[in-house]
Amino acid sequence: MSQSIRTYALFALVALLIIGTGLLQGWDLALVILNMGLVSAIMSLGVNLQWGIAGLFNVGVMGFVALGGMAVVLASVDPVEEAWAAGGARAILALVLGAATIVATVLAWKKTKNRWLTAAILIAGFVVYRMVRDPGVDAIEAVNPAGTGFLGGLGLPVVIGWMVGGLLAAGAAWIIGKTALGLRSDYLAIATLGISEIIIAIMKNEEWLTRGVKNVTGLPRPVPDAIDLQNDPGFVERAASIGMDPTAASTLYIKIGYGLMFAAVLIILLVLAQLALNSPWGRMMRAIRDNETSARAMGKDVTFRHLQVFILGSAICGIAGAMMTTLDGQLIPTSYQPLRYTFLIWVMVIVGGSGNNLGAVLGGFLIWFLWVQVEVLGPGFMTWITGALPDDSGLKEHLLDSVQHMRLLTMGVILLLVLRFSPRGLLPER
Amino acid sequence: MDFLNAIVALSNFVIIPAMAYGSQLALGALGVTLIYGILRFSNFAHGDTMAFGTMVVILFTWLFQSWGISLGPLPTALLAIPFGIAGTAALVLITDRGIYRFYRGQKAKPVVFVIVSIGVMFIYNGLTRFILGADDQRFADGERFIINAREFKEMTGLEEGLGIKTTQGLTVVTAVIVVALLFWFLNRTRTGKSMRAYSDNEDLALLSGINPERVVMVTWLIVAALITVAGTLYGLDKSYKPFTYFQLLLPIFASAIVGGLGSPLGAIAGGFVIAFSEVAITYAWKKVLVYLMPEALEPSGLVQLMATEYKFAVSFMILVVVLLFKPTGLFKGKSV
Repeated sequence: MSQSIRTYALFALVALLIIGTGLLQGWDLALVILNMGLVSAIMSLGVNLQWGIAGLFNVGVMGFVALGGMAVVLASVDPVEEAWAAGGARAILALVLGAATIVATVLAWKKTKNRWLTAAILIAGFVVYRMVRDPGVDAIEAVNPAGTGFLGGLGLPVVIGWMVGGLLAAGAAWIIGKTALGLRSDYLAIATLGISEIIIAIMKNEEWLTRGVKNVTGLPRPVPDAIDLQNDPGFVERAASIGMDPTAASTLYIKIGYGLMFAAVLIILLVLAQLALNSPWGRMMRAIRDNETSARAMGKDVTFRHLQVFILGSAICGIAGAMMTTLDGQLIPTSYQPLRYTFLIWVMVIVGGSGNNLGAVLGGFLIWFLWVQVEVLGPGFMTWITGALPDDSGLKEHLLDSVQHMRLLTMGVILLLVLRFSPRGLLPER
Repeated sequence: MDFLNAIVALSNFVIIPAMAYGSQLALGALGVTLIYGILRFSNFAHGDTMAFGTMVVILFTWLFQSWGISLGPLPTALLAIPFGIAGTAALVLITDRGIYRFYRGQKAKPVVFVIVSIGVMFIYNGLTRFILGADDQRFADGERFIINAREFKEMTGLEEGLGIKTTQGLTVVTAVIVVALLFWFLNRTRTGKSMRAYSDNEDLALLSGINPERVVMVTWLIVAALITVAGTLYGLDKSYKPFTYFQLLLPIFASAIVGGLGSPLGAIAGGFVIAFSEVAITYAWKKVLVYLMPEALEPSGLVQLMATEYKFAVSFMILVVVLLFKPTGLFKGKSV
């Protein structure tokens, strides 16, 4: 009983914080916090599935989030016909050959255990792959490099891109899980950390696929465009009738639109996660987490179950990543940083309460709120602290300049405090 | 002549840089391995501890430079290293006292320590950026080269030049000295032996009256020294940026795991395995091959297996292959 009161109280607190932000600092900021809070909550739901329920130590969240973002580009950007004509077939053939090489290598090793044969297949396959790939990729990147220089996408509606994001992340998770899930926890952690860095490296360098560091901007939006709204007489009239300026009204309208869509996704996933957690499947996963050996002795296929939950959790992170890229309207591979997209999500799960879906969602909102507010309120706070120092003091200037780095420090302190004094999080698993 | 040219080109672009990089990784991996052996967890804050230590060294270097103190041809940073070690040691000891000791008392699971170290990582990261900022810093001074490529060409009459940077020579020499000291300490002194005993069998070591808190403290001190030296050498050789140091976590861990976690010898071997593979796989071999191959077979492309940006992929792939085929690493490490 007290647990449910606690849940209501903490969620009410989050609502109060966001509404308070709206009243004191403007609704624009409140909606920014709310929208990314919804995305963060979905990400931490995914991590909670892996860590809280199955005990898998995945610190490659950033990789899956980025794959989701890439999926939006691949699914929803209009195809660049010229680039497809120039080298599309070659690039696709190269991808197929590369995949075939890896499959053949793995099969050769499993069937023959002959390391020379395996190495020969791998090397020959790699050479053929590069011979097919390089001219095709050069041709694609030569097509209007300043404007496109990549293959583009399939031109599908952007919401389908979210599903593609989930599928892409799930596919990557399947490959990773097959190789790395047998490792013990901290090896798995290093392995996933490495994979996420590799995914980012691929997105930065394979320009023919994602435009690399040239970024993809102007992604299609699932909500109306601000300019269109401002030119729509009906909308301007309605805005005027509630006493709002059309420009401000249009940005609010768009943000609310995103908020509703994201909330729908979060609610669907949360309901599914709760059903899963309370089903026999959820009990089995927790049994595996708590004692792998005894679960195995009871006839549970631990390896398969780990793979399954790893794929599910990663797919959720992929969906969230796709939603985030849609919200930003652009894909910037250099903006993916492990502290922000992997470890911050971990802070959300641990602070919220690992093993409890509602806890993970709460952590997502709360930590995201603090992450934004430390940056927004930090300078004012620092000005207040340094008020006693003379204006020309070098220390004061330095403190004010580096206030942006305060939030990493704050997150670390919050994580350590929660781990020390409430190690099971704000909403513990029952 | 062509053969000599090929060897010189190979040394200049592969062997010497990889030796320097390997030494830096080895020092970093020794720290990871010691923490794993004694405290029994993978320290995610390692890269950021390195960034912090190097930051202290940089601040002292600037101070000395402003006083006009220098070491002539050698970088002033060498003089600042002891102060950097002291600063880092203070930081890690305070962290251990305030944070890790509580969980040792609770006999928490290793994975709890790992999560705690993620919190510590955030704090160190924030601290470093707060004090010095997130930008690139240059603090190398003194003579730039031991042998200049142009001088080498004039001296030997070869087409290819061989340049050895002061920092590269310094890195290898310092690493050899530090590693020799470490092994002498671990194998010859009483404290070192008690550390190894504690790492091999905790219960037995406690029964023989070894003070665990002392062992832990000495471990942190050694780690602080190793990592400050490693970070300073890396910063002198390449450049200092907190984020780069955070990313070094991956090759450092890969080195320690490839060599076998918990084995100091393995950490050194692992460091060089990773460094040489990283450099060799991302190097464009055309130059070397042009000298070695008969004219008809000369390669047309760069013969670069992978773009330089994929160097993380290299350390990662070696890591996965080693883990799949030899789970305890090249030298028998622990598997807790």
